[in-house]
Amino acid sequence: MRKEFGDGFRDTLSVIPAVCAFALVFGATATKAGLSMFDILLSSATMFAGASQFVFLEIHGYHAPAWSIVVGVFAVNFRHILYSASLGRSMGQFSFFQKYFAFFLMADPMFTASEHRASQQKLMPSYYFGFAGIQYVVWMVFTYIGAAFGSLIKDPQALGIDMLLPIYFMTMVMAFRKRPNWLPVVIASGIGSAVFYQLVGPPWHISLGALCGIAAAVVMAKPELKSTEKGDV
Amino acid sequence: MFDFLNVVEFGDNIWMLIVVLAIVTYMTRIGGHVLLSRFKSIPPRVDAALSAVPAAVITAIVVPPALTNGPAEFLAMVATVLACFRLSPIFSMITGMAVLVALRNLGL
Repeated sequence: MRKEFGDGFRDTLSVIPAVCAFALVFGATATKAGLSMFDILLSSATMFAGASQFVFLEIHGYHAPAWSIVVGVFAVNFRHILYSASLGRSMGQFSFFQKYFAFFLMADPMFTASEHRASQQKLMPSYYFGFAGIQYVVWMVFTYIGAAFGSLIKDPQALGIDMLLPIYFMTMVMAFRKRPNWLPVVIASGIGSAVFYQLVGPPWHISLGALCGIAAAVVMAKPELKSTEKGDV
Repeated sequence: MFDFLNVVEFGDNIWMLIVVLAIVTYMTRIGGHVLLSRFKSIPPRVDAALSAVPAAVITAIVVPPALTNGPAEFLAMVATVLACFRLSPIFSMITGMAVLVALRNLGL
């Protein structure tokens, strides 16, 4: 168990800089938008989703009604439905409560890291919570720092902080390259994402683009022969 | 009570909206699993579809920032992909970041 937790800790390190930066920027932006410290920390503690939290701030900035913020948050989180359908299959070692608590913490890095882990060995709760627990603590601490001292951040562009997360995700795309039909899936999803980014705009390009890649996997999947049919060949 | 039909101002009762958003986020995070667990067995094509989810979604996330930000960002992504063939994810990430920072400081 200690080894599992340690592995979770090790795998979390590469995404920690991006999480720190994201949380800092959220805290700073939310303060600037006029949200109180209590509400900022409440957002990070209960949503624990960078994209949701930014959509919340952004749509509020347009002076749109509250229900449209709810719809926006649903749209940007639609991919999580796919995540839980996929990752749920690898959670055989989790108790009921562990599983539903794990889903509460299932942001993009948790999903990609545990899918990757599950493709190599059994996904254990101690690995998952080692990885996710550290992310949660870092997310809260850096939200606070950003909210309290965010005005001190001068030029995030110069250090490339804005690209930390896309570059981390790119390494994760590559980490899945041993999966069946990886290349057609990536090509279909990439083209779909680029097209829908132009046609429909964010955040829908993520779910719609992903559906193109998933469709490619469905088309290329070979339906397995039933055991009764195998003998007839 | 919180009025969901009207524009909200940060201040009064915004915590209610935050709690609703947290519930919506959690619903999406359990939704796929809850739906899928209603089926006794997963058909092979559905299984293939689900196995494609990580690569498909993460690709869809990274393509626009890779293509629409400019040459420095594009080349940094290419460098990251190439590094992944030889290096572990963390060193590939460091390679990509180094290329990005170098190119940006060159003014690309």
